[in-house]
This record gives sequence, structure tokens and C-alpha cells, in this order.
Amino acid sequence: MTTLSIPVPSRPVHPTGVWGWITTIDHKRIGILYGVTAFIMFITGGLEALYMRAQLARPDQELVSPEVFNQLFTMHATTMIFLAIMPMGAAFFNYIIPLQIGARDVAFPRLNAFSYWTFLGGALILKLSWFFGGAPNAGWFGYAPITGIQYNPGHGIDFWAMSLQVLGIASLAAAFNFIVTIINMRAPGMSLMRMPLFTWMTLITSFLLVLAFPVITVALIELMFDRFFGMNFFVPAKGANPLLWQHLFWIFGHPEVYILILPAMGIVSEIIPTFSKKPLFGYPVVVLSGAVIGFMGWMVWSHHMFTVGLGPVANSVFALTTMAIAVPTGVKIFNWMGTMWGGSISFKTPMLFALGFIWLFIIGGLSGVMHSSAASDAQQQDTYFVVAHIHYVLFGGSIMALLAGTYYWFPKVTGRMMNETLGKINFWLVFISMNITFFPMHFIGLDGMPRRIYRYSSEYGWDFWNLVASIGAFALAFAILVFMINVIRSAMKGEKASADPWDGRTLEWSIPSPTPEYNFAQIPTVRGIDPFWAQKRERVPVAPVAGGSGEDDAHSIHLPQPSYWPFLASIGLFIGAYGLVYYQSIVGMTAGILGLALTIVSVYAWSFEPVNDPEEEH
Amino acid sequence: MNSSRRRSTRLWAALLPILAIPLLAACYPDNPQSTFDAVGPVAKSQLNLFYWIFWAAVFVFVVVGGILMWITLRFRRKPGDPDPAQTHGNTPLEIGWTIAPALVLVVIAVPTVLTIFDNLNSPDPDALTIDVVGHQWWFEFRYPHPDGNGDAVVTANELHIPVGEVVNVNLDSKDVLHSFWIPKLAGKVDLVPGNENFMWIQADEPGEYLGQCAEFCGEAHALMKFRVVAESRSEFDAWLTAEAAPAQDPVDPLAQQGKALFEGGKAQCWSCHTVAGSSKSRGQTGPDLTHVWNRGHIAAGVIENNQRNLRQWIEDPQSIKQGTIMFRDAKIYSDPERKLTDADVAALVAYLQTLK
Ligand code: HEC
Ligand SMILES: [Cu+2]
Ligand SMILES: [Cu+2]
Repeated sequence: MTTLSIPVPSRPVHPTGVWGWITTIDHKRIGILYGVTAFIMFITGGLEALYMRAQLARPDQELVSPEVFNQLFTMHATTMIFLAIMPMGAAFFNYIIPLQIGARDVAFPRLNAFSYWTFLGGALILKLSWFFGGAPNAGWFGYAPITGIQYNPGHGIDFWAMSLQVLGIASLAAAFNFIVTIINMRAPGMSLMRMPLFTWMTLITSFLLVLAFPVITVALIELMFDRFFGMNFFVPAKGANPLLWQHLFWIFGHPEVYILILPAMGIVSEIIPTFSKKPLFGYPVVVLSGAVIGFMGWMVWSHHMFTVGLGPVANSVFALTTMAIAVPTGVKIFNWMGTMWGGSISFKTPMLFALGFIWLFIIGGLSGVMHSSAASDAQQQDTYFVVAHIHYVLFGGSIMALLAGTYYWFPKVTGRMMNETLGKINFWLVFISMNITFFPMHFIGLDGMPRRIYRYSSEYGWDFWNLVASIGAFALAFAILVFMINVIRSAMKGEKASADPWDGRTLEWSIPSPTPEYNFAQIPTVRGIDPFWAQKRERVPVAPVAGGSGEDDAHSIHLPQPSYWPFLASIGLFIGAYGLVYYQSIVGMTAGILGLALTIVSVYAWSFEPVNDPEEEH
Repeated sequence: MNSSRRRSTRLWAALLPILAIPLLAACYPDNPQSTFDAVGPVAKSQLNLFYWIFWAAVFVFVVVGGILMWITLRFRRKPGDPDPAQTHGNTPLEIGWTIAPALVLVVIAVPTVLTIFDNLNSPDPDALTIDVVGHQWWFEFRYPHPDGNGDAVVTANELHIPVGEVVNVNLDSKDVLHSFWIPKLAGKVDLVPGNENFMWIQADEPGEYLGQCAEFCGEAHALMKFRVVAESRSEFDAWLTAEAAPAQDPVDPLAQQGKALFEGGKAQCWSCHTVAGSSKSRGQTGPDLTHVWNRGHIAAGVIENNQRNLRQWIEDPQSIKQGTIMFRDAKIYSDPERKLTDADVAALVAYLQTLK
């Protein structure tokens, strides 16, 4: 591109070191970046939780002020949902999907890099608020009107809203990318109904993201207009109905919980067949139930609003739709059990975590059904019972499955096995301490302890179980520490992994560990579900595509070149969004404008940048 | 080997239902906000529904968990196992386990819907109706005047109701969202500004019941509590008549001095508080203080109402309730020139003690 004379260094060719990571558009490296960043965020969210559990360990403690406590629970939830679990899912999408569908990269590699860097920018906007301007303090679902400028004059809410907007851009870009990748880039023969379950759940999750995020985007824009320009979308004194926010938030928010859990179900649906040496029982039904969950996820949002006064008809309808969603969820659990039935089950660490997932998810699912009964939920809503429920589905569900996935695919990523003994210790520590932490919350919830209170007095009788929960939380932190030690130790000097250490069934196990840069030396042809298993056992060859790619070898494979532009576009968004928080000052406004200008210029330059520079020869 | 394995499997499965017993024992009905000690029809119907669903859930957990446990123990891999048969599914079975959970759900859906309608429709729309208004961070209660003159009798943080009678409650908020919750009497209903809500309650036994705001509402959300006093009809009527009366002018000189401070001078209490009978004190920001000395607690149920605590509240409300609007907005705490002396506080407390 000679027409474009912006003073930037020339296009990176084969950069190494940090520069290589910054300009990378390799889905595997981006996956690792996502995973590591999300894990660091997970640690910060965990520390926020520990701080709260320390405060609540005994009655009437004063370790934190109420204001800081409110910031802690807001940040903890926002972090865990948007900065930890979602991007951990994205880490797996990135690394695994192209391998499972027999592709060399995602459909839009540079967009993929843009997603990651934009996510990082959004994460920083939120997390830096601890140090500059004050953290948000209105809870992760920021109910109007307490987010209004009148009740919340500080910048915390602005950071929260801006961060979610930027994260939304990242999520949308990633979701479109994965939809196109999964629909268009599958290896020949891999029809939709031959796709691995994890790929299926990623596809459904991506559709949910595309449909759900615009809703919260609109709601946040309205909120920002209220705060910045004195509009009245959510100001009751001016005649607004603050329930509008709740509807918009939960129309996004309920699909969001499936965005958090469907990838987890996908991971578990990969691990259970592998370690039982059987194909997934009732594959079409499991796929369908995932789709039904995704679809019905749009019809239940008001179960978060059973106490706002929607009236008996609405409450009944939403109670019934919510109960109905338990059916496809139950079907999934039964099919996993059917998969194990008659199998030859090996209890390696990934399988332990997957089984732990099922147990904890059953408990979380059952407490969810309890919540679905609107009348009795009036006693549980906004109490610690809900806190227990969400942690059984999000920790017991999502996090357990993500840990299972880490143990499962670690050899493919690093070429080394994770330590099995430490892994088992890790599993039991997590499983036991997770129950010690969250199970007692059911009790204190039913005993009348509301959530989001920074202190309680002894006369209420909540002391004992609060103390138990706090002890459990610190034990859980220790369990996560064991996980970190295992990851770091194994990455450095773990046992070398073969290409197929678990006797896997899907295509990612047919290529060497660690994955070569080009993934597949030869693009495979697929003749059924579990193609790699079929190749191994039934000697059905995973034949290369007809038409000459049989001559492919590592040197003649064209991979797209690295690029600066996605990174720069993301930086622009970060600066722009950060600046807009301070739009009233000259500096803020300037930063806002310059940042957005940088994004526009970068996207423009990027769209004229060829995938491979013709002048550059590899 | 196989039979001993089977025995241990069965043992495990038998242990599961036993797990459910400590589940309930771990909750304490004696706790002042326990939902297990339901004292009114609304809370009772909710508790019965809860038990019904709880046992259904225990049943499901025991069956599913038992089978899951059995499978994982029974189909462990043994060295030298051949590959298992690669079964891909079983349609009748899958249809079966789609229908089974649906049936369990019907069992809980029917009582759910019935209870929803019962709890939201008042059995007696003509019964006593109280307006509850949420404020950051206290509750205002408005009763119809016993004379039937259309006026409201206003009080705060202590809700008196006649025992054994239906009481209708209208719910609204002056600022942000709050939620009105008396665990022993009824599940919560939210206070949404500009969106009046409704619930009904009834206490079957006389006594004091604790309530608490259950929707996050800002800095002092944890300390936004209230009490319900359920008393006999005659006690209730006497209470309401007393509440409806205006405040008496104090006779004690110290209290008179306090009233003067309250209604002017540097304290400016009148700007936020109402004292019926006073021409000056008409403020709406804080609780109505006409009969404050009759209330058992102050600061939205946080501390007992006695001379010492009143003193502390006026001197430094922040030490009792961090974030309270009284501290945030009253000039006496921000403007050094208006700072109250010990004598001022003593006079104010003396005045408040005449408000009964
Ligand atoms: C800026 C408005 C404001 C001013 C001025 C003010 N108060 Fe208050 N007051 C409040 C608010 C708001 C509350 C409720 C506090 C809470 O529970 O969060 C309150 C609560 C009280 C209570 C407890 C009432 C109860 O039933 O819980 C007393 C007593 C009281 N104020 C006395 C005074 C006195 C005496 C003065 C004058 C020195 C005064 N207030 C000045 C706003 C004010
Ligand atoms: Cu939901
Ligand atoms: Cu509250």
C-alpha cells in the first residue's frame, strides 16, 4: 500500500518476542492471550470476593466501608462475568474451533486480533477505575435509577458503562467471526450434524451474543445520555419508568447466562465421550437441546423481576417458561449419563472436573427450579439463596468446565501434560472448598439474609454459616493457587505429550502437539462424527482434500501475515472511551476524539491492507 | 469383586437421601428473619410451596445423583478393558427422559400458579390499607386517619398492624428502588418510584417481626430495616388514635429550648422533619417525628430508641449509619458555625422525648 502515507513502521513480517504477540493474528496465540488475560482478571475478581468474605466472616466487622463494599461486589460480578468467564470461553473458541473443524485459522484473523485487544481495553477501563475516579458501585446489573447522576455523581458508573460498551464491541466482533468461521471454514465432509459438540455450542453462543449485546448496548447508550446530557430515559421524577432498564438488562442478561454456560456444556460434551470411550449419546438431541436452551433463553427474562410487581399473569407465564427450560437442560445431563453408561470410564483430571461440573450443575439447576416458582421465590429473591444459586451454576458450572477444558487441551496447546497427581489434588480441593463456600449460602439465604449488605448483626443468627463460607472462600483461593502452580510447572517441565494423549475422537487430536503454526499439514476430509476415532479404530482414513493439497507441506502453506492495525484500532477505542468519561474537560474530550479518530484511521488502513503483502515473499 | 463393588455402589446411593436431612436442620426457624417460621398466610403458602418444591428437588437429586453415582462406579475402566460398544443413542429412552422432567415440573407448576394469584390478590380489598414509601434509607408508613377525614397518619420504620386481619399494603418509593420484606409474614415486593405496587400481609400471632430492605439501594442499604408490631385490634386502634394526635407543646424549659432549636436557630431540624402540630416543622426529607419517642428503635431499626442513642444520633449520625442523608445534608455537620454544643443536643433530646 503505497497510496497510504501514514507514518507507521512498515508491515511486520515475521516479528518475534513481544512484538510478535502484539501483531499476531494467529488464532492459537490469540487464544492464549485471551486465556491468560482472562485468568488474571479471574484472580482480581477472586481477590475482590475474598475481601468481601473477610468482611462478612464475623458480624459487625468494619474492614471495609459500605461504599467500598458496594464497589467490591459490583466489580467482582462484572469482572467474573465479562472479564473472566466470557473471555475464557473465547480463549477456547479461538484455540479449539479451527482445530475441531479442520481449518487453518478463523475466517477473519485480523478481526480476531481486534476482538482480543478491544476486550483488553474494555477490561482495563473497568479495572483502572479502582485507581482513578472510583469503581462502580451499583451492582453488576446497575438498576436504574441508582445509576443516575443524581444518586451516583462519581465516575464509577461511567467507567462501568464505557467498559461494557467496549467489551460489547469486542464480543460482537468475535461472535461474527466465529459464526462465519464455523459456517464457512469447516473441512470438507463436516456437515453441521457432524460438528463436534463444542463447536456447536460455540455457534449457538455466538448467535446469542450477536442478538443479546445490542440490547444492552442500547440500554447503556440511554444511560450515558441520561448521565452526560441530562436526558430522562430512567429518571422517575421526569416520568420515566425505571423498570425499562430492568427489562432491557435482563433481555440481554438472561441469554448472557447461557452465553456463560453453553460453552461449558460444550466442553463437558467433548470430555465425557473421550474418557468413556463412547460417542456422545443422542448427539442430535444434545445439539437440539442446546439450541432450544438458546432459543428459550429469550422467553424467561422476567424471572429476574418476580418481585417488581408485574402482576400475577406475567409472573405465572415467566415461571412456567423458566420451568420449561429445565427440560432441555435435564436432557443434556441424561445424555451425558447415557454416554457414560456401558462405557469404559477413566478418571483422569479432565473427567473429574467434568463430573464435578455435572454434580454441581444439578444442584444449581435444582435451586434454579426453586427460584422459578415465582411465589416462593419472593422469599429467596435478592437473598443469599440466589447468591448460592448463581455460584453453583457459574462456578460449579462454567468455571469447573473451563478448568476441565484446560486440563484436557493443555497438551495440545503446550505439548506437555499437566501433572496428574497435582491435578487430582486440585480437583478435590476445588470441589470440596467450593461446596464449603457456597452451600451454606443457601441456609443463610433462607434464614433471611439479603445479598449486598456490608454487615449484619449477631442477633440474626447468620454468624456461623457466614464464617464457614468465608473459610471455604479462602480454601478455594488456595485450590486455585494449586491450579496455577500446576499450569506453570507443567508448561515448563511437564511430561511431553503425544499428539493424542487421551485417545481423542475429534480432529484436533489428529495433529501434532503442540499444534504447528499451520494446524493441518493437509486439510482432512470428514465422513462422520468423531472422525479421528473412526480413522483410528475403523481405519476410515481422514483423507486429504482432493485437488492437490496433498502436496501441502509446512513450507508452502500460506498463512495471513501479522498486522498492526487491529491493535491500533483497539488502542483508539480504549483511549476514546476513556476520554469520553471525562468529556466535560478539554483533555477528556480531546482524548475521546483523537482515540476514535485513531480507530477510524486504523480500520480504514486495515481494510486496504491485503491479507498477504504481495511484495513480501515468505 | 463385582458383587462387592455393587454393594458399595448401593451403599453410596442409600446415603444420598440422608444428606437432605441436615439440609433443613442447618436453617434455624428461631432466627428473627427465618423464612421457616411463617406466621401469616402469605408466608405460610410460600413456605408450603417451598417445601413441596424442595422435596421434589430432593427426589430428583436422589434419583439422578444415585444413577450418576452408580454409573461412575460401575463403569470404571479396568486394565485390559476392550473398547465399549459405540452406541449412538436410543430414541425411546431419550423421549422418556424428556417427558419425565416435564412431568415433575407439572407437579410444581400447578401449585406455583395458584399461589402466585393468591398472594397478589387481596382476600379483602376493603381491609385496612397502609401506604409504604421507601426513602434512602428508611421506610415511611402512612395510615388512613381514624376519623376518616381523608388525612394520613404518618410514621416511620415501625409498622403497627392488627393481628389476625388482612392488611393491604401499597408500595412506592421517593428515590431509588427498595424492597419491602418481612420474612415471617410475606415474601418481598419491590418499591419502584412512580410505579405503585401492591401486596397484602397478615400476622396470625401477636408479636414483633423484623423486616429489611432487600433491594440494593445505595450506601446504607444494609442498615435499612424496620419492625412490624402485630397487636390486638383494640391496642392497634389506641395506637393509631394516639399517632393521629398532634404533638403537645413541651412544658419543661429544657424541652422548650429544644423545640426552639428544632424549629429555627442553627439546628434547622424542621427543614427535614415533620412534627404534626408545629407550624414550622414540615420537612419531608426525614422521618416524621411527631411521636418519635413512642418508637422502639430509631435510624430505621438500627438502634434502640433511648436517651443515650438519641444523643449519639444527633451528635454523629454517621457513627450509627454510615452514609445517612441526615449527616450528608444537614448543615450542622458541615458548617462549623452551626455545630451543636452539648447543651444544644441535650435540649433537642429533651424535646424529642416529649414527642410521644
Ligand atoms: C438534611 C435533612 C435532615 C436534617 C436537617 C435533620 N435530619 Fe434527622 N433525619 C434525616 C433523615 C434522612 C433521617 C433518616 C435516617 C435514616 O434512618 O437513614 C433522619 C432521622 C432522624 C431521627 C430518627 C428517626 C427515626 O425514627 O428513625 C431523628 C430522631 C432525627 N433525625 C432527629 C433530627 C434532629 C434533632 C435534627 C436537627 C438537629 C435533624 N434530625 C435534622 C434528615 C434530616
Ligand atoms: Cu435468567
Ligand atoms: Cu435497600
